[in-house]
Amino acid sequence: MAAPRSTNGTQPAPTEGAPRRAVVVGGNRIPFARAGGPYTRSSNQDMLTAALDGLVARFGLAGERVGEVAAGAVLKHSRDFNLTREAVLGSALSPETPAYDVQQACATGMEAVLGLSNKIRLGQIESGIAGGVDSTSDAPIAVSEPLRRILLDLSRARSTQQKLAAVARLRPGHLTPSAPTTGEPRTGLSMGEHQALTTAAFSLTREAQDEIALASHHNLAAAYDSGFFDDLITPYRGLTRDANLRADTTLEKLAKLKPVFGKHLDTPATMTAGNSTPLSDGASTVLLASEAWAAERGLPVLATIVDAEPGAVDFVHGRDGLLMAGAHAVPRLLARNGLTLQDFDFYEIHEAFAGTVLANLAAWESQEYCRERLGLDDALGSIDRSKLNVNGSSLAAGHPFAATGGRIVATLATLLARKGSGRGLISVCAAGGQGVVMILEAA
Amino acid sequence: MSDTYLNLVNNGFTKTLAKRLGLPRPAVLRRHRPGEPLLRGPVLVVHDAASDEAADAVAGQLLEWDVDVHRHADTSEQFSAVVVVLTEVTSPAALGAPLLEVGAMLRGLAPHGRVVTLSRPASGASTATLAAARQGVDGILRSLAKELRAGSTGNGIVLADGVGPTAPSVLGALRFLLSTRSAFVDGQLVQVTSEAGSVPQDWERPLDGTVAVVTGAARGIGAAIARTLARDGATLVVVDVPAAGDALAGVANEVHGSALQLDVTADDAAARILEHVRARHGRLDVVIHNAGILRDKLLVNMKPERWDSVLAVNVTAPLQITEALLDSDALGQAPRIICLASTSGIAGNRGQTNYAASKAGVIGMVQAWAPALTERGGTINAVAPGFIETDMTAKIPFATREVARRLNSLQQGGRPIDVAETIAFLASPQAGGINGETVRVCGQNMVGR
Repeated sequence: MAAPRSTNGTQPAPTEGAPRRAVVVGGNRIPFARAGGPYTRSSNQDMLTAALDGLVARFGLAGERVGEVAAGAVLKHSRDFNLTREAVLGSALSPETPAYDVQQACATGMEAVLGLSNKIRLGQIESGIAGGVDSTSDAPIAVSEPLRRILLDLSRARSTQQKLAAVARLRPGHLTPSAPTTGEPRTGLSMGEHQALTTAAFSLTREAQDEIALASHHNLAAAYDSGFFDDLITPYRGLTRDANLRADTTLEKLAKLKPVFGKHLDTPATMTAGNSTPLSDGASTVLLASEAWAAERGLPVLATIVDAEPGAVDFVHGRDGLLMAGAHAVPRLLARNGLTLQDFDFYEIHEAFAGTVLANLAAWESQEYCRERLGLDDALGSIDRSKLNVNGSSLAAGHPFAATGGRIVATLATLLARKGSGRGLISVCAAGGQGVVMILEAA
Repeated sequence: MSDTYLNLVNNGFTKTLAKRLGLPRPAVLRRHRPGEPLLRGPVLVVHDAASDEAADAVAGQLLEWDVDVHRHADTSEQFSAVVVVLTEVTSPAALGAPLLEVGAMLRGLAPHGRVVTLSRPASGASTATLAAARQGVDGILRSLAKELRAGSTGNGIVLADGVGPTAPSVLGALRFLLSTRSAFVDGQLVQVTSEAGSVPQDWERPLDGTVAVVTGAARGIGAAIARTLARDGATLVVVDVPAAGDALAGVANEVHGSALQLDVTADDAAARILEHVRARHGRLDVVIHNAGILRDKLLVNMKPERWDSVLAVNVTAPLQITEALLDSDALGQAPRIICLASTSGIAGNRGQTNYAASKAGVIGMVQAWAPALTERGGTINAVAPGFIETDMTAKIPFATREVARRLNSLQQGGRPIDVAETIAFLASPQAGGINGETVRVCGQNMVGR
């Protein structure tokens, strides 16, 4: 399985002292569910453990000590401070497998892959499992901020008088719990409203967005039917396919949905529940390794992790859209690797919203944007849309925030392995105006 | 899955009541635990006048296994087993002496006792007298097994002419039939057709160093097979349909094996199995075609999809996968292929024309492929379970289930482990001389042979 490295890349051949390769051996995820669906009673730890156990089973790692496991969740209970380690302890892996938690909003899974692949390249570990999990059904709920302060003061109070004083500040309104939202702390706008601003700025049409959504569902359904996910998914709690998938959806059905974001803007509202990702529950994992580790076990090598670049934009002052960090990070990654935007066989652009994908593509096609915002001499140009999210993406699969990175890396690595050659580009946007982009090559 | 009647007549007040009323009391069978001795008490070895040398050889082997061997019935002794050596018997009249000796000590047979006969097939007899004597053993064994109580079983080993009493598979079968591994095998005659095979270095781990694939391994009998082969030392690749992937992953991790999600009826099933074992392990030694489905209907009401899916999973898939394995260079030095047949495939069952077609087909398949496996130093056999307590049989309506599970000499249903133990035996190096056979694990079910 361990084919020699493809030589069609423009990367310099590894020289002595240069880092070795980190490869994707495979992946496993549980089917993604919609919030309030079959995983309602499953915690982040339950789902991450299930995803890990499926991976362990696929690659025969029961009882093995893996170099390190890195994973995380965006919506996380404070008791889950050691979520990943706890999942490892509950899994079939050796309890001597160390783990750490990562959190970079929706780019958590990407950052976990990146961190572990770097450790592998440096020779610090031979194998690693990157992952992510999120439950919007089992979300943490905190007490209100005033109540929290009162309770803390109460715990510090020594005298009865101090205790009474603290309790006396309590008001009925304080009892309203504080649930997590997708709102940006610095703007107060939800992610959808932020994307609506970007969608309007790029004048993206409803039809174009619905077409992205339609392709996502049809591509994902076709991938399931072809058995593509037989080696990537392990069923969980009776779910064998992503619950959000609508194989039979049509443009007509999507066109009937009412807009949900951008309703207060001057431009027509175009974002619907159909072309936005739903709140989801799920977990994903990716097995990474050095070539030697994989070869020793006769495990497949699907793809090489070539390089990655994090990005962030100033959305607070409106210079860029919240979910445009990928557009900024990609040119830097391309330049470092001596590639153009057209040098790829697959593009995996996370469909937070159909508008996110279209806005990123439009930014790269725009000479003005590329010059003014990205500091380039010229536009990056357009991509062959038939290479975009060919087996579906988050609009169809759903988007349990931290689990999306692992889903995409495993999917792209499998696509490259099936093709036997070529290169793929991943871009995943995240809250806080962030994003992580990555290049994979067929092994 | 639980047998309420069996529990009631073996526990507390209801046990006393059942005894007083003279109700049938099926025994709680004793199953194998790793590390336990082969037998808990002495073994009596008896023989007909002509088989003394063979009996000596068998007794010598039992002594090597640290078994307390007696050559004469002693009514004060409680025996854990009787081995009746009749390999060289010359006439029906000569059967009387050894069998009456056995009869005289049967009251002293311990609960969970074993009677094992060693004989030769009538088909190899040169005279009618010899054939009559040899075939007589068949009748004796099958009747005696029906007389035994308290979890005791009676089984026979039929040695082809030219196969000595200490050939690897004779010893392997003897050890298996004496042990608690064969708890639900009763009234069966296992044919040893050659001296092929070898005794294992460690009888507790005969499959050490082998790579085994089990299909339909997510639950029930398949999961038990995976666990048992792993216990006996094999490295497991467990296969089941993607929809059963979570249960499959649990089994894979439990046995420290790997899981392969695939539908055995898919065109590329064999190719994917081969790719998996080649990459991970370099070869494949044991294949258990366990995946199977039921779609019962009277033939008069049978729909094509019910017929076709049963045939596709139960017999066409094993045919196609085995063919691909035989054509590949992936099979190890002494390959073992074992298929799941069924007593329905032997005796027939109302409402199961499709199922019986597939399971009888499996029996025909292993017979036909036996010579091809001999050429490769291996074997192909089938195991035919009778009524086994599984999720599948738990769905049978109460009355039907209650009748089905009592219609055998042990008056109870078997467990998945019972089928798994027999498969593990057939997969072992000591079963190399058993080829093309169908071994029943049915507690001597009243139907069929």
